[in-house]
Amino acid sequence: MPHISLPEGLPGITAGFAFRPETAKPMRELAHILLHEPNSLTPGERELIATFVSSQNDCYFCQTSHGAAAASHLGGGEIVQQVTTDFQHAAVTPKLKALLSIAGKVQQDGKRVSADDIAQAKACGATDIEIHDTVLIAAAFSMYNRYVDGLDTWQPRDHSMYAEMGKQLAGNGYRQPSR
Amino acid sequence: MPHIALPEGLHGIRSAFAFRPETAKPLNEIVEVLLRGPHTLTPGERELIATYVSCLNDCHYCHSVHGAIAAAHLGGDEDLVRRVKADFRHADISDKLKALLVIAGKVQRSGKSVTAADVEHARGLGASDIEIHDTILISAAFCMYNRYVDGLGTTQPRDEAMYRERGRMVAGEGYVAVSKTYLPAETAAR
Repeated sequence: MPHISLPEGLPGITAGFAFRPETAKPMRELAHILLHEPNSLTPGERELIATFVSSQNDCYFCQTSHGAAAASHLGGGEIVQQVTTDFQHAAVTPKLKALLSIAGKVQQDGKRVSADDIAQAKACGATDIEIHDTVLIAAAFSMYNRYVDGLDTWQPRDHSMYAEMGKQLAGNGYRQPSR
Repeated sequence: MPHIALPEGLHGIRSAFAFRPETAKPLNEIVEVLLRGPHTLTPGERELIATYVSCLNDCHYCHSVHGAIAAAHLGGDEDLVRRVKADFRHADISDKLKALLVIAGKVQRSGKSVTAADVEHARGLGASDIEIHDTILISAAFCMYNRYVDGLGTTQPRDEAMYRERGRMVAGEGYVAVSKTYLPAETAAR
């Protein structure tokens, strides 16, 4: 049961958002810009970064919903599975691997990101804005994951629900409630 | 040196905000609501939560500037801020705020560390649902801001006078208003 009286029947972060619409608005906006708006990284790549960080933080709701959004963008869940299991051997570009490596460092502590990590990403073609957005996506999911788990929100084990949510998020983004 | 080409002459999160004004806007709005919006916790209490979490994450820029903002809200009591950073259990703050700081510290490690007993304890000392919610979200949000500031390798001067001056300015005018002094004009106006 959630730690506070959250609206019933709403899963994960949607319950926190409904409880406190004032903070929901900029939090949705931030996710929309980082994951959905035009960027030289595809929405699928950015959702993979969000999914990877959420899986490192062991947040079931976030890794499953963003994994579903990534799968929807990428036309299947195989790469999502590979990235959360062992991204170094996933079927993604060397550039995305280098960015995932940076995201994994940020998930632990921002200070772990080294000049070598950055040089590696740049050598694979990563731009400053791609590195910036990777750092901020990893940092932002360090927030969303803690918010969802810290409130002890309801996180149903229902794959069809997440698949539907993933489709909605991939299609419409994050400004509006996904259901 | 920062990991990417951030605008020179700005430090900490401001350099990142100026690099990417699109994300700066919601990031400033989140702290404006959480730390300054109408609330039963005072702005000073909420800034102490932000300062404590930033200290746990060892983010020099964030714990210095939010410590200075907290002090400005608390009548200039820098000693109280120092005691909260060092050992909040023996600081001169309410038992309710101590219980909320325990929850914030758990969230800093992992949201899953928060127990029903932690929440019951805070509630027994008068904490409301919204106060517990906002404590969790302040802690979660500073786990983001701290990682953002450190992850980009931003410059973080060791200059107490600079943080003290910024602390007074932000405490007086707010995050969104002050952001207009260093963000490109068209973004700040949106």
